[in-house]
Amino acid sequence: MAQRKGFRWHIVVFLAPAVLVYTAIMIIPLIGTLNLSLFGRGEGGRVFVGLANFSTLFGDPRWSAAFWNALANNAWFFLVHMLVQNPVGVMLAALLSSSRLRMAAFYRTAIFIPTILSFVIVGFVWKLILSPIWGIAPNMLDAVGLKSLFAPWLGREGTALTTLALVSVWQFVGIPMMLIYAALLSIPDEVIEAAEMDGVTGWSQFWKIKLPLILPSIGIISVLTFVGNFNAFDLIYVSQGALAGPNFATDLLGTFLYRTFFGFQLQLGDPHMGATIATAMFGIILVGVCIYLFAIQTRLRRYQF
Amino acid sequence: MSSARHSLPRSIAAHGILITYTLIALFPVFVIVINSFKSRQAIFREPLALPTRETFDLIGFQTVLAQGDFFQYFQNSMIVTVASLFFVLLFGAMAAFALSEYRFRGNSLMGLYLALGIMIPIRLGTVAILQLMVATGLVNTLTALVLVYTAQGLPLAIFILSEFMRNVSDDLKNAGRIDGLSEYRIFFRLVLPLVRPAMATVAVFTMIPIWNDLWFPLILAPSEPTKTITLGSQVFIGQFVTNWNAVLAALSLAIVPVMVLYLIFSRQLIRGITAGAVK
Repeated sequence: MAQRKGFRWHIVVFLAPAVLVYTAIMIIPLIGTLNLSLFGRGEGGRVFVGLANFSTLFGDPRWSAAFWNALANNAWFFLVHMLVQNPVGVMLAALLSSSRLRMAAFYRTAIFIPTILSFVIVGFVWKLILSPIWGIAPNMLDAVGLKSLFAPWLGREGTALTTLALVSVWQFVGIPMMLIYAALLSIPDEVIEAAEMDGVTGWSQFWKIKLPLILPSIGIISVLTFVGNFNAFDLIYVSQGALAGPNFATDLLGTFLYRTFFGFQLQLGDPHMGATIATAMFGIILVGVCIYLFAIQTRLRRYQF
Repeated sequence: MSSARHSLPRSIAAHGILITYTLIALFPVFVIVINSFKSRQAIFREPLALPTRETFDLIGFQTVLAQGDFFQYFQNSMIVTVASLFFVLLFGAMAAFALSEYRFRGNSLMGLYLALGIMIPIRLGTVAILQLMVATGLVNTLTALVLVYTAQGLPLAIFILSEFMRNVSDDLKNAGRIDGLSEYRIFFRLVLPLVRPAMATVAVFTMIPIWNDLWFPLILAPSEPTKTITLGSQVFIGQFVTNWNAVLAALSLAIVPVMVLYLIFSRQLIRGITAGAVK
């Protein structure tokens, strides 16, 4: 390729459309939003206020209470995903990848179906099923003699967030399952055979041989879960509304951003505070991604086969 | 080779767990679809029973089709999804080809810049995106959605496609160059057909979030003529929340198109993932 002299215009032509659209619609608005958080509403329109919006967000008791509430809820939402979604995904993938399993394709296709459904469907489906009026959940518990356990989970402050997190887990468990499944399939047969020669089989084979080999994939899934959770909005919005009831018990950063930016009921929308919250979310996501990139990924050994 | 460790109890246990989870995954969809075909009393009396001749009723679907403008919404969603998908695949493949094929100054920096969008969600720029769309008069147009979704889909598409394009044989491309093909022809005639399976995987991964998105239609295009099916069903269900027949029918109607698309593409999707597209 070195023989080509002069400017290689075709590289520009190939890159230009993607770079232009990406820069204009994604990068510039992102920077614009970060920038907007430094401004406020003054007499003559927009005035530069420095970090005043951030001191309002963290200092004003009303704002900071709402922010920390949303952040704590978000952290719990993420924790439920990490503790339930990813282990279940790994377990399903491990079962699916065991050789000679019949109907593996059927299970794979079926378990992935919730992932393709929209939040609108998922939110309402679970709202209906858990509804005390319709009675599907209480009747099913009744059938196994556990009716006393039933409560209107979505309507109680103590349980609403966990219930929604589990609904979200139900919806997205297909993604870790698929990615881990692909990682497990890429482990060469020789490695497995060598383990079997040494008498390492079954569970201990999974823990000692396969799990260390798929750790990088689990790392990627964790960071994708993190990014997805800290910008979640739709499920809460369709099932609990922008107010994230009951009493803000299910408020996440995404719904908090939406309410602040667009306003709700009596509060007017405020683009500057909205941008401030978006900037805070940007910071949180950036910290999480950096922790993954520098602290976790570099320590995970990648195995080349 | 793997004949040794296949005791019957273990395989029964594996099937048991997988069947249980499959039931959990499909149960809600099943409940919605069967109840959307039942009369109001039957929905409440026996929610888990299949529709019988006495309880069969299409009143929900009639309400939905009479009230909501579902064909319009469906058409909007189709236009937005197909147009965004086209641009993501075309622009993404072009950029991926440039990054994987040519050595030029700033190549890896450009790759990093374009990969940033995989980790940083585009939603964080919403405030400024809305201002941009207001300034350019694109609010309440499908064009605004297509632009946003194209930008949203590009980073992952470029990342996956450039991994694949690195594996296309250099000999083939050099043979093309010797035959006097231009770089554009090499891309469109030689490389694109070879990465078709990767394109299909990218298509599925791009399509699902676009079709299901609620955030941007709600913010950028909430007007009646530009509502997508996701936003349309959200609004419809919100208005008819006590009319259970209509709600269940609307949910069924919203499930069907994605299911059909998924079943068509599912083999391709699984092959693409397991072939190493996303690892």
